[in-house]
Amino acid sequence: MTDRTLGQRGEDAAAAYLERAGMTIVDRNWRCKAGEIDIVALDGTTLVLCEVKTRRTVAKGTPEEAVTVTKQRRIGRLAAAYIQQAGIEPVEVRFDVVSILVIAADRALLRHHRAAFVLQ
Amino acid sequence: MRSTVRTSTIRGIEAIPVDVELDVSSGLPSFSIVGLADVAVLEARERVRSAVRASGFAFPNARVVVNLAPGPLRKHGTGFDLPIAAALLAATGQLPSRIVDGCTLVGELSLDGSVRSVPGMLAHALLARETGVLIGPVCSDGAADLEDLEYRPLARLGDLVRDRSSLMPAAASIAATEESPSEDMADIFGHELAKRALEVAATGGHNVLMVGPPGAGKTMLARRLPGILPPLTADERLSTALVHSVAGLDDAAPLSGVRPFRAPHHSSSIAGLVGGGSPPRPGEVSLAHNGVLFLDEMPEFGPASLQALRQPMEDGRVVLVRADGRIRFPARFALVGAANPCPCGFLGDPDRPCTCPPGAVGRYAARIGGPLLDRIDMYLRIERVDPARVLDARPDEASWIIRERVVQARERASTRGLGQTASLTGTALFAACRLSPEARRGVERAARAYHLSGRGITRLLRVARSVADLDGLPRVDRDQIDEAIAYRFGTGGGSLGTCP
Repeated sequence: MTDRTLGQRGEDAAAAYLERAGMTIVDRNWRCKAGEIDIVALDGTTLVLCEVKTRRTVAKGTPEEAVTVTKQRRIGRLAAAYIQQAGIEPVEVRFDVVSILVIAADRALLRHHRAAFVLQ
Repeated sequence: MRSTVRTSTIRGIEAIPVDVELDVSSGLPSFSIVGLADVAVLEARERVRSAVRASGFAFPNARVVVNLAPGPLRKHGTGFDLPIAAALLAATGQLPSRIVDGCTLVGELSLDGSVRSVPGMLAHALLARETGVLIGPVCSDGAADLEDLEYRPLARLGDLVRDRSSLMPAAASIAATEESPSEDMADIFGHELAKRALEVAATGGHNVLMVGPPGAGKTMLARRLPGILPPLTADERLSTALVHSVAGLDDAAPLSGVRPFRAPHHSSSIAGLVGGGSPPRPGEVSLAHNGVLFLDEMPEFGPASLQALRQPMEDGRVVLVRADGRIRFPARFALVGAANPCPCGFLGDPDRPCTCPPGAVGRYAARIGGPLLDRIDMYLRIERVDPARVLDARPDEASWIIRERVVQARERASTRGLGQTASLTGTALFAACRLSPEARRGVERAARAYHLSGRGITRLLRVARSVADLDGLPRVDRDQIDEAIAYRFGTGGGSLGTCP
């Protein structure tokens, strides 16, 4: 399995998980010039912008560690762009991170970080 | 929602009021602090967030902006944690704002929500005494005991929401605790002249330089000086404790009346001695305010460090000039130095010859330098004690007895109402001395014989005044002048002590 399809399958699993947790998926892989938001969802009235990280090993750190401050800032810019483009005015915005660690061909550990970070 | 909470930041030894304005608005979740904050203040974000959650409150999923006003003032330290957290709770409706209205909040937050002390609580308390209630950590050293201050100690952030009725009344004023110095003058055998001289120095706060061969007892004598110093007066306690507080040191000892005794090592930097750094911190001279600064092996100190002492010795304070203004630290201290007479240590010794090469002795003495030596009131030659006396040792007069005499002498001096002997000048000094005609002639003769400067005469008269106070005499007579002259010029020829 290539890294690309691994990431794709991870995002599918994350989306399925978020829906099961009661959220409504609004958008997947929303793109603009500045980059991509993996999953956009609604949790009640809160707009949730979700970054999904999938890894096969922890050799280079856990998946969630990959969401560095630089990446957080980029997601922040993307969020502003999304809100403007979608023409919505959300009551509340939240940044979530879903980390998936694949441990066997048919087995993975999923962790959902609600409000994983705030911008500085 | 917006809220404002009052706090203060330390500049020098002073607390300056700062307003913490906090705005919670809809938008991308963020937490930012503006207003010339240093790294420690910016780190408050992580501590506040953890402490707010750990205390059972909610951290808003919104845009949080903190402004520290006034803008141009640099803010530093961790004391902003508590006011920022309180402003956040007030802005999000989790804390009724009447609880913090009119209060000054200062304190660092631990991740579990407990409130920690910060340096300078005493300075914050002095400011809060003028403006209202102070809310701060439980462990706040002397600040909580300040008279006329309404202090509300807070163990945890969560305790804020409890009503104001839990306000603790100001505790009774601090009682002087009798400390028992472990080192007593009674342990020193012989050295009667030196002990008498230190008694005079303790009475008037005079500067002393002890010169003698290694092992003669210079350091031993100096270490026992705190034991014969009188306790601090009420005013002195506060000003000395304030310096200790902003330096992050325990202010309990000065508040209970113990005179500071600072003995910095000779490798100390200039900034460490006279103060400096960013933010500016008081140096050893300020920590010795109203007490003693002891410089052991004085010629080993860097020449620049020693010369930096000259200005605080004259002015009784240190002024640091920075791009954003001047900062003053008090530094009224008595200098006590110890030195060998020469590099080998045996110059002037009756038994052992000095083995220093030619020129080395002069260079050694020159390290301290004339202008600094001119500010020394008393030179003591400390000789090795006769072996028979060391072996037949009988306990000598105990420190507390000497101290009793010093306290009485200081009381006599204070009834004159002219201020401390060590800072008397001009007409006030002459009025205090009330020289007899014979004493006056003695001073004149000594001034001509030793080419005394105006400062030299002033310093001579101050020492003579202390001798008279110790002996219970209202006027300074010939004997006291002679004793003062002996302290200044009595040491053996060619040694460090006679350099001026």
